[in-house]
Amino acid sequence: MNVNRPWWRPDGFAVYAVIYLTFIYLPVLFLPLFSFNKSKYIAFPLKGFTFQWYEKMINTPDLLEALMNSVKVGVAVAVVSTMFGLLAAKAVTRYRIPGQGPVLGFIMVPLVIPGIILAIALLILITQLDIPLSLWTVGFAHMLLCTPFAMLVLISRMEGFDKSLEEAALDLGEGAWMTFWRVTFPIVLPGIIASLLLTFTISFDEFVLAFFLTSTDPTLPIYIWSSLRFPTKIPPVLALGATIFVLSFVVVSFAEWIRRRGVKLESSSGI
Amino acid sequence: MSRSATSSPGISLRLRRRFLESEALRGFSLLSPTLLAMVFGLAMPLLVLFTLSFWLQDYVDFIKTFSWKNYADFFAKPIYGMILFKSIKISGMVTLATVLLAYPMAYFIALRIKTNKLVWLILITVPFWTSYLLRVFAWKLMLGYNGVVNSGLKSIGLISEPLEFLLYNPMAVTITLAHAWAAFAILPIYVSLEKIDRSLHEAARDLGENAFMTFVRVTLPLSLPGVIAASLLVFIPTVGDYVTPSLVGGPSGIMIGNIIQSMFGKAFNWPLGAAISVMVMLTITAMVCVLLWGTHQFRRRVA
Repeated sequence: MNVNRPWWRPDGFAVYAVIYLTFIYLPVLFLPLFSFNKSKYIAFPLKGFTFQWYEKMINTPDLLEALMNSVKVGVAVAVVSTMFGLLAAKAVTRYRIPGQGPVLGFIMVPLVIPGIILAIALLILITQLDIPLSLWTVGFAHMLLCTPFAMLVLISRMEGFDKSLEEAALDLGEGAWMTFWRVTFPIVLPGIIASLLLTFTISFDEFVLAFFLTSTDPTLPIYIWSSLRFPTKIPPVLALGATIFVLSFVVVSFAEWIRRRGVKLESSSGI
Repeated sequence: MSRSATSSPGISLRLRRRFLESEALRGFSLLSPTLLAMVFGLAMPLLVLFTLSFWLQDYVDFIKTFSWKNYADFFAKPIYGMILFKSIKISGMVTLATVLLAYPMAYFIALRIKTNKLVWLILITVPFWTSYLLRVFAWKLMLGYNGVVNSGLKSIGLISEPLEFLLYNPMAVTITLAHAWAAFAILPIYVSLEKIDRSLHEAARDLGENAFMTFVRVTLPLSLPGVIAASLLVFIPTVGDYVTPSLVGGPSGIMIGNIIQSMFGKAFNWPLGAAISVMVMLTITAMVCVLLWGTHQFRRRVA
């Protein structure tokens, strides 16, 4: 923003930014509002303030089970897809591989295919192979979707660092594994954390793949989907949505605080 | 590395050395777990989907002989083509709206904001931490009978009865999708604007271009890769979106994703569903090629 401009005559772009932020925030802010509303029905006018939906949320075992399922799948998917992403990123940034373009393009395909088509393609294969549908099949599908994201994040981190650091470690007599553990890993760590967070988030919020590929164990989005059809089941879901939102806000703020502290420490120690 | 130490190598040792010396082999062996998983999880299902689209459904079994019937059905009944066309139209409008709305915002953050850009970027992404389903549901709240818009208009006395045409139509689907995918458009455009060398703007200004022409001839062409990435990131997934039309579309807002889902649900005709999916993928690929060709032409003419 132009520093010399007085606040009562703002720049057109700043005005636009405020309008844009209103557009993306407004609908979303009504959700937590209704989680405190003293009525079963999600409609105006508001009836009064209550915490009862948060109590109901804690006392709805189905909801908590769906939440746990999503966390389990999300953690497993985050770890596996980040590992796959790390291997692929190291391969493409460290070695010249013939046909690298097409290979990378192929791994990226899940990003450019409508979710529903990937879902039914997997459903057909899995039923043809007589594999029973379960959280495992959901996790497998999420792994496919998340690996390209993990790879992109890790490639951008690995491209940034100096290859000679690894060569120095090897020349000084470290084995390949110890070089990875003591040199590559610490440098790539921020990328790994970013990838874990991103892939967990994608899996945690993914609906269509899970909708087609789970049997009786619902993930959280599937639970939400089924409760959207029953108006009275919605308020506890909104309460959970608000809780998750606040939790992720705390986590992100904390991560950002750690990152800034890290930057300060690095610069003050003269590296 | 000393090579004389391995002057009489066994076959396994020799293989080992070949392996260590060949970059391609080491690269591929690192890549192989990822690649294998993707081949099994991606290439195989798509192949099976393609094969199934030429089979036929016989109650719960498939007739596994080659047939064009599903594709013939697709073209014979105009409903499928029409709904596919409508989906493309809705997604096209969504893409246009998100990119046009996102561009000034990305421009503002990339070129006007000097400090704390990260805070602005986080500010943009915060609304998208809410579940996708709940974000779509939020628009039901906004546009519904007793929703935000109706209550607001009623309280300021503009209407006496709630408006019923706000929800359950293609327009509601378009608005909801444009909102749900906003962040996907901003980030790529922001990255491409951020990469532009600032001295190019100064050069254009020094050479006598005004601010607007500098934008048209320098900034816009250089940010096109971001615009294209944003368009593809929004267009491709929204064509097949299932959630939004189901929740806010009503009968008139149905999209091709609903048709595909019904073939795997109530209508129970998997092969026809597979054929429709193949047609959707072909159409999307064709559209993407047209878009890339169009931007190529634009670039050649302007730059």
